[in-house]
Amino acid sequence: MPRQNIVKTIAKTLDQQMEIDSSILVLGQDVGKRGGVFLATEGLFDKYGPDRVIDTPLSEAAIIGAAVGMAAYGMRPVAEVQFADYVFPGFDQLVSQAAKIRYRSGGQFFAPMVLRMSAGGGVKGGHHHSQNPESLFVHTPGLKVLYPSTPKDTKGLLTAAIRDDDPVIFMEPKRMYRSVKEEVPEEDFEIEIGKAKIVQAGDDVVLISYGSSMDKVLEATKILREQAISVELIDLRSLMPWDKEAVLKSVARVGRVVLVSEAPRTLNFVSEVSACISEEILDSLLAPPIRVTGFDTPYPYAYDKEYLPSPNRILKAVQKVLDY
Amino acid sequence: MTNKQRLYLLEQMLRIRSFEERVGELFLKGESAGTMLHLSIGEEAAAVGVGAMMQDGDSFTTHHRGHGVFLARGADPKRMMAEIAGKEIGYCRGKGGSMHIADMSLGHLGANAIVGGGISHIVGAALSYKTLKKDNVSVAFFGDGAMQQGILYESFNLAALWNLPAMFVCINNQYGMGTRVDQSSSTLDFAARAKSFGLQADTADGQDIEDVVNKAKKLLKQARAGRASFLTINCYRFYGHARKDKSPYRSEQEETAGRQQDPISFWEENLVKAKIISNKKLETLKKEIDLEMDAALSFAENAKKPELATMFEDVYSPKQAKPLSNKARLDL
Repeated sequence: MPRQNIVKTIAKTLDQQMEIDSSILVLGQDVGKRGGVFLATEGLFDKYGPDRVIDTPLSEAAIIGAAVGMAAYGMRPVAEVQFADYVFPGFDQLVSQAAKIRYRSGGQFFAPMVLRMSAGGGVKGGHHHSQNPESLFVHTPGLKVLYPSTPKDTKGLLTAAIRDDDPVIFMEPKRMYRSVKEEVPEEDFEIEIGKAKIVQAGDDVVLISYGSSMDKVLEATKILREQAISVELIDLRSLMPWDKEAVLKSVARVGRVVLVSEAPRTLNFVSEVSACISEEILDSLLAPPIRVTGFDTPYPYAYDKEYLPSPNRILKAVQKVLDY
Repeated sequence: MTNKQRLYLLEQMLRIRSFEERVGELFLKGESAGTMLHLSIGEEAAAVGVGAMMQDGDSFTTHHRGHGVFLARGADPKRMMAEIAGKEIGYCRGKGGSMHIADMSLGHLGANAIVGGGISHIVGAALSYKTLKKDNVSVAFFGDGAMQQGILYESFNLAALWNLPAMFVCINNQYGMGTRVDQSSSTLDFAARAKSFGLQADTADGQDIEDVVNKAKKLLKQARAGRASFLTINCYRFYGHARKDKSPYRSEQEETAGRQQDPISFWEENLVKAKIISNKKLETLKKEIDLEMDAALSFAENAKKPELATMFEDVYSPKQAKPLSNKARLDL
């Protein structure tokens, strides 16, 4: 099995699926000849040509709207929005149209489409190249939302997303595009949407995170291991639907939980997870759940290091739940 | 055009008007599941003129004032009325209503309550037709309000750039809710805007269905050959924006003049004068249509409401992993 990074995995997965299913096509700004702003579609244009790898103008609303129409009429479009921050010009098409087409038509029409976007901070991109808007998508019934953090999960979940009959928002952790490498099986495989991954088992504290926050969480986990604190680490991977069963099982057993996500604090996705924990297994808790998040500010230009949940902030939160 | 075709156009326009008068009744009786109603009375020639020229397998999207277009494309008034009443037998199981109705078998990709919301979908449908080498056209119907929405111009650009079998139809009824078109648009020459994108474009007189038919036929043919097109049809919205809107923003004088541009009485007079239909036969035809629509109204009133649990269906595919069950919450 080749060791490969996330961005290469995306290109190879798209290639593999396009070979299998001729109804899959890729569209977005610069996805063709340029191979994508991050090279996530590199090589596809040469292999499949302009009819299946479509360079679009800078028109997010029409890209998403056209994907809805195509999906309703027999295709499986995989559209790319270069940065999650660029989705907002097309937000109506996503929220009012793609998400509701199945419901409003009483199940007649549906939109099997994937909308890929790079997300997350830590690349010194400022306000418009660093955001994590996953809560907005999760808050829109009709959309599914995935946010993997490793190459292998990227392959399995992207494959599942393409084959899924609902619109799937596929978020990609841009600062980890090339920094994380692992062996990825060459064969075609899916990871079930809605299943979390227990990255490591442990008994002292449960750490829950996903997507672009996972690199800092892994750093913190390493330090905790050196301190002989036993961590159960859960990578949610899928946010809508999310794996409540796995989360409640781990937290009920361990009794202490810290939830980490770099999105702004209020209505951060982990707030929902925390609320479910309190609502359903309060009696099992040995300490109140603690969230470690970004702040309720626009993404700061010069302080991105301070904004992101650092290993240090995560360690402090862990200490707090242990000392409670 | 044959006399039979001329009569068909008249019949379709009369059916739309009769249907909409009865939708009004449905609301007055409190039998509609929704509170919002937008009538297209006065705009029938636009719906029928374009709708009659489309072919089986063509698809379309409409706006919030789209009853006429759907009827012109073959909708069953019973199921349509039932949909507005929120009944199980309605086109969308009672989940769409007037502003969000859709039907796969008739190619109705959806009405839309977001102004301009459905326009880009026909670009996608047309791109599918092109990719799959199908001989169909996808048509977006919208009002003059959508002429000021950005998504229209993104869609114009893509349709022209990619040579798609797509057609855009603006039913210009002069008002975006309460604001007259000359107060909201920098130009009233909408066709010029479309032409500047490279679309085939024309303007039709919405009182004269023959003019609409001729231009729609030509532009649909162009679209089918991959030359995306645009038609703007000038007409007058006879009544307020919605059910309770008494149009305080326009004068009685203006309304009276506007209502004289009635496409139905115009066409009736033409056909009677040309002896294509007698006054007596016309009265009989109208009575038959009214009976059909009365039946649609009572069908809708008597139809079964969907089970409460259907509220939780059709959010996601039933075949695949579902988000946490909402259904269980009903039992709490």
